[in-house]
Amino acid sequence: MAKSKTIKVDYLARVEGEGALYIRYDDGGVHDVKLKIFEPPRFFEGFMRGRDYLEAPDITARICGICPVAYQMSALHAMEDALGLVPTPELSALRRLIYCGEWIESHTLHIYMLHAPDFLGYPSAVAMAKDHPKIVQVGLQIKKAGNAIVKLLGGREIHPINVRVGGFYRVPAASELKPLREQLLQARDMAAETVRWAASLPFPKFERSAEDQYEFVALSHSQEYPMNKGRIASTRGLDIPVSEYDSHFREEHVEYTNALHSVLVERGAYFVGPMARYNLNYDRLSPLVRQTAEDIGFPPFCANPFQSIVVRSLEVLYAFDEALRIIDGYQQPQEPYLNTEPRASTGCAATEAPRGLLYHRYSIDERGKITDAKIVPPTSQNQKTIEDDLRHMLPKFLHLPEDKLQAQCEQAIRNYDPCISCSTHFLQLHLERSGRVGQ
Amino acid sequence: MGNATRPKLAVWKFASCDGCQLSLLDCEDELLQLADKMDIAYFMEASSQPVEGPYDLSLVEGSITTAEDERRIREVRAQSRALVTIGACATAGGIQALRNFADVEEFTSIVYAHPETIATLKTSTPISAHVPVDFELQGCPINKRQLLEVISAFLYRRPPQVPPHSVCIECKIRGNVCVWVAHGTPCMGPVTHAGCGALCPTYNRGCYACYGPKENPNTESLCHWWKTELGADKATVVENLRNFNAAAPAFETASRREEQDNGEK
Repeated sequence: MAKSKTIKVDYLARVEGEGALYIRYDDGGVHDVKLKIFEPPRFFEGFMRGRDYLEAPDITARICGICPVAYQMSALHAMEDALGLVPTPELSALRRLIYCGEWIESHTLHIYMLHAPDFLGYPSAVAMAKDHPKIVQVGLQIKKAGNAIVKLLGGREIHPINVRVGGFYRVPAASELKPLREQLLQARDMAAETVRWAASLPFPKFERSAEDQYEFVALSHSQEYPMNKGRIASTRGLDIPVSEYDSHFREEHVEYTNALHSVLVERGAYFVGPMARYNLNYDRLSPLVRQTAEDIGFPPFCANPFQSIVVRSLEVLYAFDEALRIIDGYQQPQEPYLNTEPRASTGCAATEAPRGLLYHRYSIDERGKITDAKIVPPTSQNQKTIEDDLRHMLPKFLHLPEDKLQAQCEQAIRNYDPCISCSTHFLQLHLERSGRVGQ
Repeated sequence: MGNATRPKLAVWKFASCDGCQLSLLDCEDELLQLADKMDIAYFMEASSQPVEGPYDLSLVEGSITTAEDERRIREVRAQSRALVTIGACATAGGIQALRNFADVEEFTSIVYAHPETIATLKTSTPISAHVPVDFELQGCPINKRQLLEVISAFLYRRPPQVPPHSVCIECKIRGNVCVWVAHGTPCMGPVTHAGCGALCPTYNRGCYACYGPKENPNTESLCHWWKTELGADKATVVENLRNFNAAAPAFETASRREEQDNGEK
């Protein structure tokens, strides 16, 4: 009988947060795949009960230092849904602008510092910089431009302080946005260059079989490439308002990891993130981005997760285009925020975090105190798909030496840019060490 | 070029959002320079090739919330010549320390389908509650300028210049109008540690104390003024002391005192 082998990575590197990977396989196939997240729970949904509704954006930002704006956006929109507030077009444009900033800095961090070293064979961007100093410096400059947007609108790059239920605490004058223009224009050129560079990386060939295609899920909007608005759509025909999220998606307790996996009711695993957005909303990208994709021969539909680095770079280019468009058409809002009184109500919202769909639902009482909170981050929604990828991929790579095979698996996880800090508020400590399988 | 004489830097993570270690990667203009001066030996968020200890400088993010992490932090200390904690989680237990004032079992049952399987401590505590710490850099998140200051101070063997005064001083330096005096906006600035550059008042909102307590804060006076001048009720005062630095001793004592206060003031 073939001796079974295991791949164990006790601490996944170049992901945000702490996770581990366990795979058991032999010549007969892959028997067990566990993506484990051993970062301890932080209980956001628990301790938000009793807190003031105005605090939701400040508190939930602390779920993740990599995508705080995404948490703030979903929290704001959910609270506004509860209170019946509709932000003005001017306020919506500013929110879109700060979201562009976060997409740029977060995607660029992933492209250059976490993912590219895999393709070029380095353990880190710092190590890569020794041989490819220009590439890393370009990445840092692009990231800096994204951070400049978040800093101007939010006050600081990590955990911005300026966004508020109903709008912003303070809105900038048009003259404050203008100095950004030059920096963004230059960075947009570098972003276009990044797309071409990313497309030239060596991609492992990996496509799912016809009967096992991904179901991509993202917001979809008739006029906009989705960020804060839209219906929830999928490549298998799902098309629902966000208010119906809870009846179509369910979090499942998976015994072997004791982790909750988000699934589509009756269908199972699905795929959120840049590839899902791109595949469902290609037509809403700006002409420059579509032209760039065409120039490099990149198709409007991409199903190889290793190529997510190209899709991310196309989204970075889009975010620069969109940020410049917003700045050029900027009208300072009459009031920084819409005022309202709290009332007993429930609201929900989903926005497109850099890593994908981020769903929040809150109930508040008549004094505005939160009575119930539910947060479903993108990484938890992708977990099952990540494990499925490993299961599908492994048989094709079993001829590789073990260290290469392990590197390939880690790279496959990094395709999703999983943010473990985000997802751990409902994941259990599950540490595994060599020779001892923790329970 | 691998240079054995360069100091070895390690970055560790416990329960946290990753934001403080991200501050290091957000040093877009200085990161490569820093990598020249120091060997970034252990930094899992950035590198898949950890170098073994001992380390000359360990930066520690996050709070202690599990028995395993209690053990791990002692291991980190043993391998580190200097240990600097970064951020509200590592210096004060972070937002997750709200559990210290509540029933963790209830929290667990709210969040988890099978609470019996969750391995967590009843408290979230700062690193200094477990091992000696050489310097604490406050903030949620830390300020990257201050982080660079602490790292250079370590490199040049001098004490870090991180002023312990309040956010009010930073407001004066920026020339801000006081949001409290001018607009009656509740503000935690008088008791909050400087470092953010008085961001919130600059953006027309009151400080919410994400940098934790300043040196010797007069919380009693602040609470009194919040209640008598701004009309805040006790719950609001407690809520403002209990956020990102709830378990910092000065804020914890004040919030417990407020909770027990029978409203004579």
